[in-house]
Amino acid sequence: MKIVLQELTKRYPNQNKKIKEDVVAVDHFTFEIPDGKLIGLLGPSGCGKSTTLNMICGLEKPTSGRIFFGEDDVTDLPPENRGVGMVFQSYALYPHLTVEQNIMFPLENFKGKDKLTREQMKERAKKAADLVQIGELLERRPKELSGGQQQRVAIARALVKEPRVLLLDEPLSNLDARLRLQTREEIRRIQRETGVTTVFVTHDQEEAMSISDWIIVMKQGVVQQIGWPQEVYDKPVNLFVASFLGTPPINVFRARAEGGKLYIGGAAVLDVPGVPDGDVTAAIRPEGFIPCEDGPLVCGRRAVETMGRDTSVVATHPDFVREEIRTIVPSGTRVDAYAPTVSFALRPEKTHLFDPETGERIPFGEETGHE
Amino acid sequence: MNKRALRPWLYLLPALLFLGVFLVYPLLDVLVYSVEEGYNSASQSYYGVGLYNYAYVLHDPYFLQAVKNTFIIVIITVPLSTGLALLISLGLHSIGRLRELFQTIFFLPYVTNTLAVGLVFMILFQKTPYSDGLVNVLLSVFGLSPVDFIEGPYWAKILVMCLYTVWIVLPFKILILTNALASVNEDYYRAARVDGTSKFRIFTKITLPMISPMLFYLVITGFIGAFKAYSDEVAIFGTDLNAAGMNTIVGYVYDMLYGDSGGFPSYAAAAALILFAIVMTITCINLLVSKRSVYHA
Repeated sequence: MKIVLQELTKRYPNQNKKIKEDVVAVDHFTFEIPDGKLIGLLGPSGCGKSTTLNMICGLEKPTSGRIFFGEDDVTDLPPENRGVGMVFQSYALYPHLTVEQNIMFPLENFKGKDKLTREQMKERAKKAADLVQIGELLERRPKELSGGQQQRVAIARALVKEPRVLLLDEPLSNLDARLRLQTREEIRRIQRETGVTTVFVTHDQEEAMSISDWIIVMKQGVVQQIGWPQEVYDKPVNLFVASFLGTPPINVFRARAEGGKLYIGGAAVLDVPGVPDGDVTAAIRPEGFIPCEDGPLVCGRRAVETMGRDTSVVATHPDFVREEIRTIVPSGTRVDAYAPTVSFALRPEKTHLFDPETGERIPFGEETGHE
Repeated sequence: MNKRALRPWLYLLPALLFLGVFLVYPLLDVLVYSVEEGYNSASQSYYGVGLYNYAYVLHDPYFLQAVKNTFIIVIITVPLSTGLALLISLGLHSIGRLRELFQTIFFLPYVTNTLAVGLVFMILFQKTPYSDGLVNVLLSVFGLSPVDFIEGPYWAKILVMCLYTVWIVLPFKILILTNALASVNEDYYRAARVDGTSKFRIFTKITLPMISPMLFYLVITGFIGAFKAYSDEVAIFGTDLNAAGMNTIVGYVYDMLYGDSGGFPSYAAAAALILFAIVMTITCINLLVSKRSVYHA
């Protein structure tokens, strides 16, 4: 089932009564989520991603805008008539009920012709439990389960009604690092197996990038960029998206463009054809640095950290906006551990230019048609 | 025993000492008193040991009246006050505005002196040569004949007594229950809403089980408190509760010790132990019931 969001907006009255102006949690969100895709809604806390999820779910009413599931306008429908399943961040498993009773809970609400017999309910619950591989835990209570198992029960409960849309609110934030890896693959598998259109909210960019078909990056209620994860990573539309995606984070420099060349600290570090002269913000991915002796970008060397698979060179530069530059170079690279400076050449595809005022992307090279 | 092992006992000593002197010893003493026949407090003598005191108390019409009154108060006020408190708490929980104002209003009886409240009830219910009392005035508006609630028929007195008891115990229960309701994670309700759970089902399947430990606590303490009722009765009917026919078990114990018919510590002790046995039994039953129906986190 595809989900269409049309100019979706949510305003709240300001908590501080002295301020008359409303808080805009979600601002004119328009997007079409294709059928059967896994979508990651990504952004820092307070960016409106949970509000968006709640509006899709029906727990919150949008101030304006419409929501469609397929061709149906569901904007004014209560959650139970939309056909959504929701997994809450806290899982919200009823602690006094067994796993089976928890999974059956949504089915027991069916009325009229949809009403199921006890056997049908048990069968459906068993099927949902098997799908998330907790078939043996049906008699347990939530507190007797690990975090990962509780998560699975919550997913089974959300799926037992066979919803058209599955919504997950920060599904991995309550799990430890190892379980997180495992669970996110599990979510991916369950989504593939059921083919249900799934939207999940996260503030963890790695989580979003790793399993989503599409990611939507939000900031202060406004959608910044929507795209295939690699595309968003490779071509961030603004500095916020560039900084939000990627670990270690992107390295941001104060720079200047002049005559088709990029200058950082007086040195021409890269050819940037097609960029008008003026101050720019240069953001370079950690893997965009190539250490070489005659490289144009000369930085103070701070440390070389060997990770095994690759090496991280930590450096400083007066025009760098934060404390330390973090670069990632292949482990075979020879870096003089005693020299006071280290020089880099830059990969153009890993270097992004932004307007220092607006933060908007400034295209250069191939993007603008220049070679 | 070495020093290290002694230390915890040293720390416990003050508490143990106090408990021993003021709780354990008196309890044992009560037991001793209750089996001493014909105990005379002036001469500190008695002429036998046995269950005579229990037999006397159990045949004393005043005691039987007190037991009857106490049971009526317990059976009516505990469920009524707990149920009412639950309703009011649910109401308080669901209103947004003015919640704090209403919470304060409902809590006022808790901080009001029992005797002052008794006075208010007198004004409401008592018939005097000058006035029929507010409630009777209201009754006459509906064409009903006035009733003397304080010195009139038994049912009227019990009615006032129960009303008074419910009113006085309500605030604490509301306080506990509003907090219990507030501590239920909002996500449970949201999850239930996503599944289209009816309000009634949310209440019976989620709210009630989640607050059941608190509810159970209120029922147990409610039973114990109601069985020990005494001061509330005095506040309305005065100190001569036997004459008013409104005595309670604790009132009977007090009368046997210090009342006009007092000076019988043995009877008082026997009555007190009978009360103890009743409360103990009821509490055990409560605990057994709770094992099956209360969800413990």
